[in-house]
Amino acid sequence: MIIDYVGVKEINGSLIVMDGIKGVSNEEIVDIHLDNGTMRQGRVVQIEGDKIVIQVFEGTRRISLKNTKTRLTGHPMEMPLSPEIIGRVLNGSGKPIDGLGDIFPVKRSNINGTPINPVSRIYPNNYINTGISTIDTLMTLIRGQKLPIFSGSGMKHNDLAVQIVRQAKISGADSTNFGVVFAAMGVQKDVAEYFRNSFEESGVLSRVVMLLNLSNDPIIERTLTPRCALTIAEYLAFELDMHILVIMTDMTSYAEALREFSSSKGEIPGRKGYPGYLYSDLASLYERAGMIKGHSGSVTQIPILTMPNDDITHPIPDLTGYITEGQIVLDRGLQGQGLYPPVSVLPSLSRLMKDGIGEGFTRADHQPLANQLFASYAKVIDARSLASVIGEEELSPIDKKYIEFGKLFEAKFVNQGFNENRSIEQSLDLGWELLSVLPRSELDRVDDAILDKYYKEM
Amino acid sequence: MENNNVIYGINGPVVTVKKADCFEMMEMVHVGKQRLVGEVIGITDDLTTIQVYEETTGLKPGDPVTGTGAPMNVLLGPGIIDNIFDGIERPLKAIEEQSGSFINRGSAVSSLDDQKLWSVTVKVNVGDKLEGGQIYATLPETPLIEHKLMVHPDISGVVTKVMPDGEYKIFDTVAVIKDDNGVEHNLTLCQKWPIRTSRPVKERLTSSVPLITGQRIIDTLFPIAKGGTAAIPGGFGTGKTMTQHQLAKWCDADIIIYVGCGERGNEMSQVLEEFSELIDPKSQRPMTDRTVLIANTSNMPVAAREASIYTGITLGEYYRDMGYHVALMADSTSRWAEALREISGRLEEMPAEEGFPAYLPSRLAEFYERSGRAEVLSGGEGSVTLIGAVSPQGSDFSEPVTQNTKRFTRCFWALDKSLAYARHYPAINWIESYSDYFNDLDSWFREKCGEDFIEYRNKISALLQEENSLMEIVKLIGSDVLPDDQKLVIETAKVIRVGFLQQNAFHAEDTFVPLEKQKLMMKTILHLHSKSKEIVAKEIPLSKVLQLGLFDKLTKMKYDIPNNKPEMFDDYIKEIDEKLAAFL
Repeated sequence: MIIDYVGVKEINGSLIVMDGIKGVSNEEIVDIHLDNGTMRQGRVVQIEGDKIVIQVFEGTRRISLKNTKTRLTGHPMEMPLSPEIIGRVLNGSGKPIDGLGDIFPVKRSNINGTPINPVSRIYPNNYINTGISTIDTLMTLIRGQKLPIFSGSGMKHNDLAVQIVRQAKISGADSTNFGVVFAAMGVQKDVAEYFRNSFEESGVLSRVVMLLNLSNDPIIERTLTPRCALTIAEYLAFELDMHILVIMTDMTSYAEALREFSSSKGEIPGRKGYPGYLYSDLASLYERAGMIKGHSGSVTQIPILTMPNDDITHPIPDLTGYITEGQIVLDRGLQGQGLYPPVSVLPSLSRLMKDGIGEGFTRADHQPLANQLFASYAKVIDARSLASVIGEEELSPIDKKYIEFGKLFEAKFVNQGFNENRSIEQSLDLGWELLSVLPRSELDRVDDAILDKYYKEM
Repeated sequence: MENNNVIYGINGPVVTVKKADCFEMMEMVHVGKQRLVGEVIGITDDLTTIQVYEETTGLKPGDPVTGTGAPMNVLLGPGIIDNIFDGIERPLKAIEEQSGSFINRGSAVSSLDDQKLWSVTVKVNVGDKLEGGQIYATLPETPLIEHKLMVHPDISGVVTKVMPDGEYKIFDTVAVIKDDNGVEHNLTLCQKWPIRTSRPVKERLTSSVPLITGQRIIDTLFPIAKGGTAAIPGGFGTGKTMTQHQLAKWCDADIIIYVGCGERGNEMSQVLEEFSELIDPKSQRPMTDRTVLIANTSNMPVAAREASIYTGITLGEYYRDMGYHVALMADSTSRWAEALREISGRLEEMPAEEGFPAYLPSRLAEFYERSGRAEVLSGGEGSVTLIGAVSPQGSDFSEPVTQNTKRFTRCFWALDKSLAYARHYPAINWIESYSDYFNDLDSWFREKCGEDFIEYRNKISALLQEENSLMEIVKLIGSDVLPDDQKLVIETAKVIRVGFLQQNAFHAEDTFVPLEKQKLMMKTILHLHSKSKEIVAKEIPLSKVLQLGLFDKLTKMKYDIPNNKPEMFDDYIKEIDEKLAAFL
C-alpha cells in the first residue's frame, strides 16, 4: 500500500520536517508532489522515532505547510545506468536534460557507492602522457590516480583541464574504451559551455557524459552531482572496462553546498563553519578512483578546486590534499607573467609517479632528473629572495647561475602553448638542456652514470 | 528473553534505541536485519546511543538491535600475521572472496581462518599449575614467527587434561584447566580481548635499547627506543607515509603492525604489493611473514576508523606478551582524532578546541601509554613501539592534535614543507625535531658503537645548529661577506645535509644504512671539517680547499661506498689527508 503524507511540520532552508511517518528507512528517497502539479525529490537525512528530516534537492521555495503530498519510494538514491549513457547531458541529479528522453536502465546503482576493498585494488603504475612538460616530468599523472588542480578564481585551470583531456594518451586506451565524465558543480553557464565546445573541437564529445549543476541550480542537487558522476564512472570502468577520466569542477562550490546543508540541519560546525565530517565526505568521493583486480578499466580523477583567497591552508584544499595522491598547484604570479600553464612546481606533487616512471615506462633518467629539477628550482627561489634583499648584482656567481636557470626554466619548461603537445622525450631532454646552465658540481641528486650520459656542460 | 530493543532514531553513523535497559556502556551490538556491528557509546534512562561501524543507509526505525554482552573485542590467535584486516578485525581477503571487489555491509566473516590446521606442540602436562599469561602450547605461525599460546590473563588453574601434539583448528581445545572455584576452562588456540583495555604485564621496564631503523637522521640524531613513542607530524606531501613505510620495512622489530587509519586505498595496495615483494634482510623471507596490516581507508566507515588504532595496539600487545618486539605504525592519528570529532559532533557534545571533543588529550594519552618495554607474564621481555603520523590541518603545528600528541610522545620528527619542496627526504627538520631518549640510550650506544659515536653525533648536531644561525645572516646579506671559518661551517653543514641527512629510499644501498656506516660517514665528514679548519686558520682561502672537490666527493659517498665495504672509508680519509697535506 502506498501512502501519501499530506503537508509538512516544519521548513528550514532546504530541509523539511515531517512526523507520523511509518516504515521509513535511512537515506531513502521521497517524492514530493506540490499542489501545482510539479514534483520534487528529497532524501531522508535524519530519523527520530516517527519524525523525519528530509533534504529537498530542488529547494523548498513555494512549499508551504499544507501544499505537499509526500510519498516514500522505498529505496535510496539510485542512478539508472546503461551503455547508452555515454554522450548524454544530465542535470546535477542525473536526469537527462538534452531532450533525448530517459535512459533505459540496464541496472540501477546506489549513488553513494560502496568502498573498494583495499586488497582488491591494483596499485596504479601506468602513466598517462598529458603532453605537458611540467606535469609529465615532475608530477606524472598515473592511471587510476586522483590528482586535483588547486587553482584560484580567474586562473587557467579550465584550459589546463581541457588540454589534459585533449592530449591525454592512456596506454591501452583508444577511441572505443576511453571516456570522460564531466561534473560541473556551481560553475557558470559559460564555463560549462567552454568545456562542451572544447570537447567537441577535440572530437571526444561523443564519449563524454556531462552532468551540469550550474551556479543558479539548487544547492542540494550539487551535493549529489559528484556522486552521480562517480557512479557512472564506476559503471563504465568496472563493468564496461573503459578508461574513464573524471573531471569535477568546482569542488569548492560542492563543499560550500555541504556547509549550507549542514548549518541548516543545525550541526556543530568544524573549521571555518564546514561540517566536522568534511574529510570523510570528500574522501567518499575521491577514494572512488582506482583500478580493481579482474577488470581492465580505470577511474582517474582530476578534481578542480579554486582556493578561496589563494590560500592552500583553507580547509577545502587542505583536506583534499590529505586524501588525493598529490596536487597540481597553479600560481597567480606565473600567470601574471603571461606563462601558461601557470603550474607552481614546488608545491605540486604526484605521489604515485615514482612507480609509474623510469625504465620500462618513460626513461631511466626520469626520476633523478625530476629530483634535480625540484632541488635546483628550490635554490632558485632562495637566490631570488636573497636578490630581493641585496640586489641581483651582489649575488655570488653561483647564485647568479641559479637566477639564470630559474628564468630559463620558467620561460621554456613551464611555459608551453595551449596547443603544444610535447612528448615525454622532448620534455626530459629539455630538462637536461636547462640543467646544463648549472655547473656539474651543483647536480647532487643524480649519480655519475646518468650525468655522464645526459649532462652536457655549456 | 524476547528482544524488544529496536531502532528509534538514525543520524549518520549514530543510532539511538529508546527505553532499553539491558545494554552496557561500550558493549558491542548488532544493528538491523543485516546485523551491522555497533558499539554502545551513551546511555540515559530514555535513550541508548550506538555508533555503527558500517554505512547506515537503509536502516529503519523498528529494526532490531541485539547485544552481545561483551565489549568491542578482537579474536587473538594464529593467522593474524600476514593478514590484512579492516578497523574491527574483519579479514579483507575473506570479505573479497565473499562479496567481491566492493565491501558490502554486514559481511559476517570469522576474523581468523577457522578451517586452517595448525601444527601445535603442547608444552604443559596434567597437574601443572598455570597462571594467566603463561604459555601452554606453541605453533609455527609463519616461518619467522613462532606463535605462543598463552592462558587468558584473567584465568589460572591446574591442568586437568591435555591433547597430544598435532594438527588443530583455532577453536579446538588443546588443554583444559580447572580454576580455584572448580570451574573448567577449555584452552583453544585463540582468545578474545576487549580492544579498549590494555593487556597486563608483569613489570614495565625502562626504554634502554634503541629501535634501529637504518635511517641516518633518526638513528643518529633523533633515536627512538624499543617500546618508545614517536610522532611524525607533517602537512600533505611532506612524506609522512614514505617515512612510515621506510621504518616499517627496515626497523629491527620482530613484528610490524601497520595501521592505515583513514588513509588512501591506493597507498594500502602499495603497502600490500611492496611488502610481499620485499625480502627481510635478516631472514631472507618476505616482509609479510612478520607484518600485520590494518586498512581502514578514508571512505570506509568513520566509526571503524576510530576503532582501528585500538585494534592495532591490541594485536601488538598480544605479540608483545609472547616476548616479541613489536613496532606499530599508525598512519595517521589525525584521521583518528577527526573520527572522534565527527562522532562527537553527531552526539551533539560540547566541542572544545577547533571542534575536537574535550576528551581528545586523554584519549591520546591512553593510546600512547599502551606502548612500552616490559617483562611479560609469560616471562622474558617484549615491547610495543608506537610511531604515529600526525596530519596537522593547514600544516600548522599549533593545532590541537599535534600539540597534544607532542605532550605524550618522546620523539618528535617534524616534517618540513620547504625540505619536501626541495625533495630533501626524509624531510625531517633537524632544528625543530627532538628525541627525549638520549639519556636512556646513551649507555647502549657507548657499548655497541663506541664512545666516539656520541661524540660525532654531538659535533654534527652542533654544526647544524651553527649553520642555522649563520643562515639567518646569509639570508640578509649573502654568504660572500662571511669570514672563511664561518663559510667552512656552511660548506660542511651542506655536506651533512645533502650527503648524510638526506637519504634516498629508492636507492638500493642508501635505503638502509647500518650503524657502522653511519658512524664512519660522520667520522669522515668531521675529519674533512677539522682538517679544513686548520687550513683556514692559516689564512689560506677556503676556496682553494673547495676546488679540490673533496666536499663534493663526500656528498656522494653515501652512494659510492657500499654498505658492506666500510674499509673504503679509510681510503677516503687517506685521500683527504694527502690532498690537504699541501696546505699544512
